This record gives sequence, C-alpha cells and structure tokens, in this order.
Amino acid sequence: MTTLPSSTDKKLGLVIDLDTCVGCHACVVNCKEWNTGGYGEPLGDKDAYGAEPVGAWLNRIHTFEVQPDNAPASIVHFPKSCLHCEDAPCVTVCPTGASYKRSEDGIVLVDEDKCMGCGLCAWACPYGAREMDPVANVMKKCTLCVDRIYNENLPEEDRIPACVRTCPAKARHFGDLGDPGSDVSKLVAERGGFDLMPEMGTRPVNQYLPPRKKTRPDTVVAQHENQKVKAQGFLGWLDNALEQLG
Amino acid sequence: MHPAISVILFSVLSGAGFGMLAIIGLDFPFRDNPANVFVISFVGVGLAVAGLVSSTFHLGRPAKAWRAFSQWRSSWLSREGIAAVATLLLYGIYALWWMIEGERLAWLGALVTIGSVLTVFTTSMIYAQMKTVPHWNTKFTPVVYLAFSLCTGFLLAAGFGINNAYGGNSVVIVAIAALLTAWAAKTFWWQRAKKSSLANSTSSTATATGLGKIGKVRLLERPHTGPNYLTKEMVHIIGRKHASRLRQIAMVIGGLLPLAIVLLIFIGLLPQGAMAAAALAMIIGLFAERWLFFAEAEHSVSLYY
Repeated sequence: MTTLPSSTDKKLGLVIDLDTCVGCHACVVNCKEWNTGGYGEPLGDKDAYGAEPVGAWLNRIHTFEVQPDNAPASIVHFPKSCLHCEDAPCVTVCPTGASYKRSEDGIVLVDEDKCMGCGLCAWACPYGAREMDPVANVMKKCTLCVDRIYNENLPEEDRIPACVRTCPAKARHFGDLGDPGSDVSKLVAERGGFDLMPEMGTRPVNQYLPPRKKTRPDTVVAQHENQKVKAQGFLGWLDNALEQLG
Repeated sequence: MHPAISVILFSVLSGAGFGMLAIIGLDFPFRDNPANVFVISFVGVGLAVAGLVSSTFHLGRPAKAWRAFSQWRSSWLSREGIAAVATLLLYGIYALWWMIEGERLAWLGALVTIGSVLTVFTTSMIYAQMKTVPHWNTKFTPVVYLAFSLCTGFLLAAGFGINNAYGGNSVVIVAIAALLTAWAAKTFWWQRAKKSSLANSTSSTATATGLGKIGKVRLLERPHTGPNYLTKEMVHIIGRKHASRLRQIAMVIGGLLPLAIVLLIFIGLLPQGAMAAAALAMIIGLFAERWLFFAEAEHSVSLYY
C-alpha cells in the first residue's frame, strides 16, 4: 500500500557524523557486498570489469569542499543513502504498491515482486537514494539491512546495518530516532544533528552531525620555537664547522 | 531529466488521441456510416493506445504493468492508468453503439469527454507533482498538457469531421483560437520555467549537504569516476545543448505550420480535411516541445553531482 502510515512505532535510521567520516568508502563496499547476497535481487553491475562499468549502489560517498569566510577550506566526506523519510514522496508516487513504509519501524522498502521498474520513485526522491538495478530492472534502495537487524542467526553485534558495522571511524550510528532516550537521539541533540533539504518537506529520519568547529593552532609560534633549537655536542661542533666553511 | 523517447511518444500521441476522443464525445459532427465511425475511432483510439503501449517500453518489467491499476489512492501514475483504460472502454461502447444503431449516446459521449480530460490531467500531474523538479512543479503544467491535447484532438476531429458543420467558418475559427491559446499557455510556461530554475529554488548544495552554515560548499569529488543511474536519468544535460534551436523547431512545426494550414482553409485555398495535416504537423512539433520538457528540467539530485 503506497499510502504512508500516519505514524510508525519506531523510527529506525542512521546518524552520520560528518566530523569523523574519513571517506574510505568501506561502508559503500560492505553495503554492496551484503546487499548482493542478501535481500532481493543481487545489486547488479554492467560491464563491471570493462571500460565503462555502471551499477546500482545503495550508499555513495560524495566529497565536498567547504570554504568559510575567514578560515582555510576544509574537506567533508559525505555519505548518502536512503533517509527513510517520514513523508516519503517515493512511496506515494508508486503505482504498483511495490514501495511501502513499514508502520512498525518506519523502514522504506521495495517489494521487488511488485515493482515494474517505471522509475517514478527515483524521480520523486530529492536525494537520489534510489537506483534502478541495470541487470534485474527493479528499483533498489537501502533496506537499513532489514535482513541483518532482526536476524537471530547472526551474533548480536552484527545485528546492525552493514555500513554501520564496518565503519572504521565510527562515523555511522544506528538506532531508534523516534525514542528521545536512545543513544542516537542523544547524539543528535548533543551535536546539533540536521535534516538534508528540509525545504522539500520529506521529514528525513536519518540525521547528519555537522563537522566540529575547527581549532586553529597558533602555527607562527610553533615555527619560531623550532628555529630556536641549537644543536649541542658533536652535532653542535659539526654545525659550526660547516657554517665556517661557507 | 533524461528525455526517454518512449515517454515523449507516449505523452504526445496519447494526448492527441484522448484529445480527439474528448472532442468526439462532445458530439462533434461526423458522417454516421459505420465505415467512417470505424476510421475516426481507429485514429483516436489508435493514437491513445499507441502512446500507452509506447509508455510500457519505458518500464524495466512491463509484465508487471497490470499492478499499476492498484494504487489510485496515492499515485497519479496509477490514476492515469485507470482513467485511460476506463475511458477507452467507455469509448468502445460509444463507438459500437454508434456503428450498430447509427446514433450517438450523448450521455456516454459526455462521460468519454470527462474521462479523456481526466486522463490527460492525470498524465500531467505525474510531472506537476514533482517537488524535486522546479520546472514541472506548477499548476500550469496541467494547463499546457490539456491545451495541447485538446488542440491536436480538435484539429484531428475537424480534419475527419463534416465540412463546415456549424456554418460560418466556426470550426476554423475555433481551430485558430485553440492553436493560439495552446501556444500562449506554453510560452507562459517557458517564461515561468526561466525564473524557476533549480538555482533560483530554495534548495542548493548548501541545503542538500547542510554545510552551508559553515561556508561556501562545492563538490570536490563525485562518489564514483563513472556515470550512474542517477546521473544518466536525472543529471542529464546533453539534451539541453540545442535548446533554443529545438524551441524554434517546436514553435514553427507545431505552431506556425498548423496555423498557416488553418488560415489557408479559412480563405478557402485548402479543404477542411487539411486540418488532419495541421494536426500531424503539430504532433511532430510537440515531439520537440516534449523533448525539451524533459531535457531542460533540472532535478534536485544534481545538487549532489
């Protein structure tokens, strides 16, 4: 049913820390790996080893440069995947009933047996979170690893999305953003988490944490102190001797 | 947006076909012999169905298309499918009755007209609802789609209809008015589009990344070196290259040429049947217009690329 639930019991989602993401793409690769073997059709690639590979990915890292008015530019690695929006426009446009938002946990999913591959949901998403599989011809999107998080066959520490599990910088966090007492909600409150493109009215569940304010070391002083260091002993004699040689 | 040939064919041909059915449903005068009714039905229904069939080439899995009739509560695409099929069924009954009984059921014709207009309206709403595409996201998108549909439909109906049925050149005058109205609507739409580019919208790379509070944001590296579905489908910019030339082609072939034909009919140099040629020219011009409708549309995902 492509009408949205009026509310969901939980709001499962991701919190992505733009301060700590190092842009290693490990989450991208682990996402691809897990979702090629798990839920639904494998995540397809065309010409994977050829000159022009193209494939479906559920998570992609963009890299931006931010130039403040009065400080050096900084680089921000920016992971982007489905935000599991509360007002998900991708769901309501779906003509077949393939796209839906679960009332129990808010995860937005595609029932691949119903998808006719019209691509309208990808048009409706402001964020580019949905990609057509070039091999299976069905719409693909982040499932929040629905086949991991409830999977009792996995050790408990693995019952989190593959991207979160693999992140070496701990830049990705998973939890219930509908519960103000959850770790992720506390993190968002503490660090000033924000929505992407709030003007689109999609009310994303996933939150992004801004880069922390940069401290600006007094580089001039450090350099001077370095120059004051005078070599002692044998090195001091050598230093003097070489200087006198001209 | 990627200008897919299947979707361009679909929206232009179906628009013309349903436009013609809308005019037939309004009791526009035709000769009542069954062979003639069959011919005009073949043209109207043929265009509508050719468009609908062409749209299925856009689908990844056309075999699942029947499921598109299920989500009318929320989806304009689903509503369009239902409206199209319902209208064609109603017209089928209308045309059969007309052929067998030799008379037209006015009430059923009215339903065909309402259904045809609704079908074109639902098509246009598929685009007009997209907040992600500022060019399309306006109530003038349905106005333009309906105006073009009814205009080509009227030219077709007049081309196959009884000559000067209402007397006093009225058919020709309506055709001229329809052409001028449709292209005035499109010109207005283009004027609005110029002012409502993605760059002029409230969204920007700053809001898309949320980093605008820190400073000026620009893309340093794309996620992958190659293209992907998103860049091919929604960050399509090649089609914009010849935009002004294509706009001229659309207006000359789709507007001025049909207008010239209709004016020649007005002064008596061409028979009313030449209206069908005017409709054909308009359909060809609208292919260019529809190409630009997609190619010039900017999607918010391009803020990430």
